[in-house]
Parts: sequence; C-alpha cells; structure tokens
Amino acid sequence: MKNSFENKAIDMFSYLFMAIFSVFCILPFILILSSSVSDEKSVQLTGFALIPKQFSLLAYEVIFQDNTIFTAYRTTIIFTVAGTVLCLIITSAMAYALSVKTFTHRNKIAFFVYFTMLFSGGLIPSYLLISKYLGLSDNILVYIVPALVNPFNMFLLRNFFKQIPDSLAESAKIDGANDIYILFKIILPLAKPALATIGLFYGLGFWNEWFTATLYINDKDLYSLQYLIMKVLREVDFMYEMDYLQGVIANYVAPSNTVRMATAVVTVGPIIFVYPFLQKYFIKGLVVGAVKG
Amino acid sequence: MSVALSHNKAERVVMKKKKKSFLTDVKQNFYLYLLVLPGVLYFLIFKYLPMVGVVVAFQDFNTIKGIFKSEFVGLKNFEYFFTSKDWLIVTWNTVFLNILFLFTGLFFAILIAIVLSEISSKHFKKVTQSIVILPNFISWTLVSMFVFALLSTDIGLINSILKAFGFIQEGQEISFYSNPDLWVGILVALKIWKGAGFGSVIYLAAIAGIDQEIYEAAKMDGATRLQCITKITLPQLRTTVVLLTLFGIGDIFQGDLGMIYAIVGDNPNLYHTTDVIDTYVFRMLRQMNDISMSTAIGLYQSIVGLIIVFATNHLAKKYDSDSAIF
Repeated sequence: MKNSFENKAIDMFSYLFMAIFSVFCILPFILILSSSVSDEKSVQLTGFALIPKQFSLLAYEVIFQDNTIFTAYRTTIIFTVAGTVLCLIITSAMAYALSVKTFTHRNKIAFFVYFTMLFSGGLIPSYLLISKYLGLSDNILVYIVPALVNPFNMFLLRNFFKQIPDSLAESAKIDGANDIYILFKIILPLAKPALATIGLFYGLGFWNEWFTATLYINDKDLYSLQYLIMKVLREVDFMYEMDYLQGVIANYVAPSNTVRMATAVVTVGPIIFVYPFLQKYFIKGLVVGAVKG
Repeated sequence: MSVALSHNKAERVVMKKKKKSFLTDVKQNFYLYLLVLPGVLYFLIFKYLPMVGVVVAFQDFNTIKGIFKSEFVGLKNFEYFFTSKDWLIVTWNTVFLNILFLFTGLFFAILIAIVLSEISSKHFKKVTQSIVILPNFISWTLVSMFVFALLSTDIGLINSILKAFGFIQEGQEISFYSNPDLWVGILVALKIWKGAGFGSVIYLAAIAGIDQEIYEAAKMDGATRLQCITKITLPQLRTTVVLLTLFGIGDIFQGDLGMIYAIVGDNPNLYHTTDVIDTYVFRMLRQMNDISMSTAIGLYQSIVGLIIVFATNHLAKKYDSDSAIF
C-alpha cells in the first residue's frame, strides 16, 4: 500500500518535473517568435506576449528591406564552413601524429598542447598579437585563425585514433604509403563518426561566435549573425543607421522591439534545422570525452 | 680542471648524439612531423607568444613604442589593482558565481538524469529530453534577447504576468536592469536553463552503466523505489560527480565572459554583483584602453587559476587516484 503510494508520487514528480522544465525551455523561443510577428503598437501597449495580440509581419519586411541580415548570414556561413573544414584538417593531422606509437616526441608535444589548457597569457596579450602585430582586425580570417585547434577536441580525436588497430597503418606502410596518405585514405574514412562530432563542435562554436567580432570587427560587412543580434539589442541607433527603420513612414511607430525579435528568430533558424544532428553527435562526443578524459 | 674539461667533453658528445638523433628522427618520421607542424605552429603563435606577451603587465605600455620599447615599471600595475577596492569585488564575484553555477548545475543535472531514468514512457522521455537539451546549442547573445523580452521593465513578459495576476499595480513594475541584487539569481537561473539538460546526459550515461542486477537484488529484498534511488543510483554516481566537480573547481577562477558580457553588457548598475575578473579586464581594455593594467589583472587570474588546478589535482589524487586529472 505504502509502496504503491511512493511509486505514484515518484511517477507524478518525474513527469511533472520534466513537463515543467520542458515548458520553461521552450517558452522563450515561442515568446520571441510571437513577438516578432506582433504589431509594434500592441507590444508597446501591453508588452511582449506568448500569443500575438495583433498580427503583423512588418518587422520581417523591415529587416529584409536592406541586406544587413543577408550580409551577416553570408559572412557567418563563410567562416563557419571554411573554419570547420580547416579546423578539422589541422586538428586531425595533429591528433593522428600524436596517436602514432612510434612517433618519438609525441608525449612532449602532447604536453605542449595540454599546458595551454592550464595556463594562458590572458585576453590582452592575444588581443595585442592579433590586432597589432598580425593585423587581423577587420579581416574575416580573425574568426578562423585564432581558433584553429581546440586542445580538447584534439585530444578527443587522438583518443579515437588510438583505438584504430595499428596493423592497418603498418600494412599500408609496408606497401610504401606515407603517413599523410595513411591519414587521409585509411584513418579518416574510419573516423567519420568522430569527425562528425568534432566538426559539429567546431561548427556550432563558429556559428555562435560574437565575441571575436566585439574585439576585432568594425567593418559592418564582416559582422557575424550573433554580433548583429547584440548590436540590434543594445543599440537602437544601430537600427536606424543600418537603413533598418528608414523606410518606415513618419507617423508610424518605429518597430524597434519587434525588429529585434525578428532578427533573433531569423538567426536561430539553422540551429533548429540541424538540431537532430547536433543532439546525436554532441551526446556521443560528451559521453566518449567523459569516459576517456 | 682536467676532470671538468673531460666532463664537458663527454657532455658535448652526448649533446651531439642527441642532436643527431633528433635530426635523424625528423628524417625518419618526416611526414609525421609535417602533419603535426601546423598545429604546433598554431599553439606556438596563438598560445605561447601571448604567454611571453605578459611582460606588458610589468610595463607602462605605449601603443606607439610597442612591446619591445615600452618602459618597465615593475609591479606598479599590480599595486594599482590590489589597492583599489575593485579587486576584491571582482574576485569575489568570480568565485562566488562560479561556485553557485557549479553546485546548482550539478544538482539539476543529476535531478534531471534521475527523473528521466524513472520515466517509463519512452516517447515522453525522448521528447522532453530533446527539449531540455536544446538551450545548450544557442548563443548567449540570443539568451540575452530572451532576457530582454522577459525582463524589460515596460514590455517584459514577467512584469506583464505579475500585473495580470495582480501582484503589482501599473507603475510598480520591477526594474530588473537597475537592481543588482536580483542578478545573482537571474544568472544562476539562466545557467541552469541553458546547461542543466545537457549536463544531465553524462549522468544518464552513468546511470545506464549501473548493473541492473543490483536493482533486482535490492527489489527482492524489499527496497522501495526511493530507496533504490538514494541507496544505489546516487552512490553509483559518486565518481562521476567528484570528477566533474574537480573539473569545475579547477575553472573556478575563470569568469564566464561570453555569458556575463552578453547578458549584462556595459550596464554599470549591475557591476556590483555581476562584474567578474574577465568582464573587468575586458572593460579596462575597451573603455580605459589601459593595456598594461588589464594584462596585469589577466596574469593575476591565470596564475591563481593555475595554482587552483594543481591544488584540486593534488586533492583528487589524495581522495582517489582514479579521479586525478593528470
């Protein structure tokens, strides 16, 4: 009798807790979506709401009127794709070399990489290096080059490579193949799931990038999408500056709040779209990383 | 004298041998060195050069003179920082917020994992798990947009709801953006909202790894479901919890700049409770353009951070050698 009560209580709590937590997780998304298709006047009168009080697509008309969003999209896609590919190549090259047992100095090099996870010179010396001495400010490369190898991803991949039997590489070597050939033709095809995981780690990191832009980007054509959100949220002037609100007739209420929300909705789209992959491979990577350290 | 000489000679011979063996090693493993080279160069340039760059902390850095010609001023930059009252505030905020993030995150991640493992409906489990993991994948800038939609004084949803239920009257709206006391709670809630679902994945994996026979044996002995959770599941998670806590403690001196700057921004009303070392350094740079001082503060952070990592690792070894990070 007591047991069945406890059973029910645990069931109740479990279902209720997950239901409530899920609602909280999804509500903000609905809130910005609903607000983005609301009429600005109704928002100013009664605030943002989960269901639009007066439907209006004006905010979307406004943001698609000039090419700010498109330019940011293009920039973000370029550095996300190029960055992910480059990161994967350099990371896997390094990870493979460090996984080869006959490579004499691999432990020293591994420590050389590991140490950067423990100690860093801090934000400012990197900032000086990148902006003053390498002159990468206002250059799309600044999104990519300073983030080429993430030590955590490198070690994750090295651990994965270590599990591939040595005999494969050895027999190829006997046939006269060099290490580069072995990496690209034998190892990487076997490591596709791991590459997918790490590619998504890198890709998501690039896609969500905004801090780099805060430090190094002034050129409006090189804004990343997330940085654009930041600008639109923080600086109302920015919206006027960018022709966002210029087509709006004078006695209209400038749709600044709904425009903010519409910008946010437009940038989050791709994440929702690739979400099933993100979920699958991130969980894999997390679990593997946790087991292997 | 002659002994010393011959000793030197012997040393030189050894050195020569080593040098030679390194060269032959490069020749033998040429392609491996070639593969590792871009990565090594990357770390050398973008990680190790800035470590040398910390000399700026001991200089009165002048943009025109640059790093090689600026004047050295000893520990003056550190003196400024440690005699200001700011250093205590930002250090405290960094550590305090990180500890709160760590333990609330831990609690909710474990709670979600246990609750999910108790849910029998596969469909419900799958859907809710997918939903609670979703916030992990969006950027803090987007979260900042959510926060604006929820908390802004005139048009935020929270104030609308409070008004609709009669908790506050028109004109009594809570002005979140000027009340620093509310923000510790808000930041903690946001961190849980964004990270707890994803954090639970690791514990779910650990729970899935527990031997089912233990539960069956316990049930045979009359253990209730709650007893199974508290006496079997939780103790079995201990190693994972300890390991992840140690990782977290190792990072306790690193403020979450990406989060806090995206959400709080340059809002001086909230500095008192939300300003961490990283945001402070960043502001030093952007608003005061004081390169030397901000480098000095960054160096203070890195060194204390390193000490904390070694200390936690030492503790981990003492507690359980398997839990040690290195």
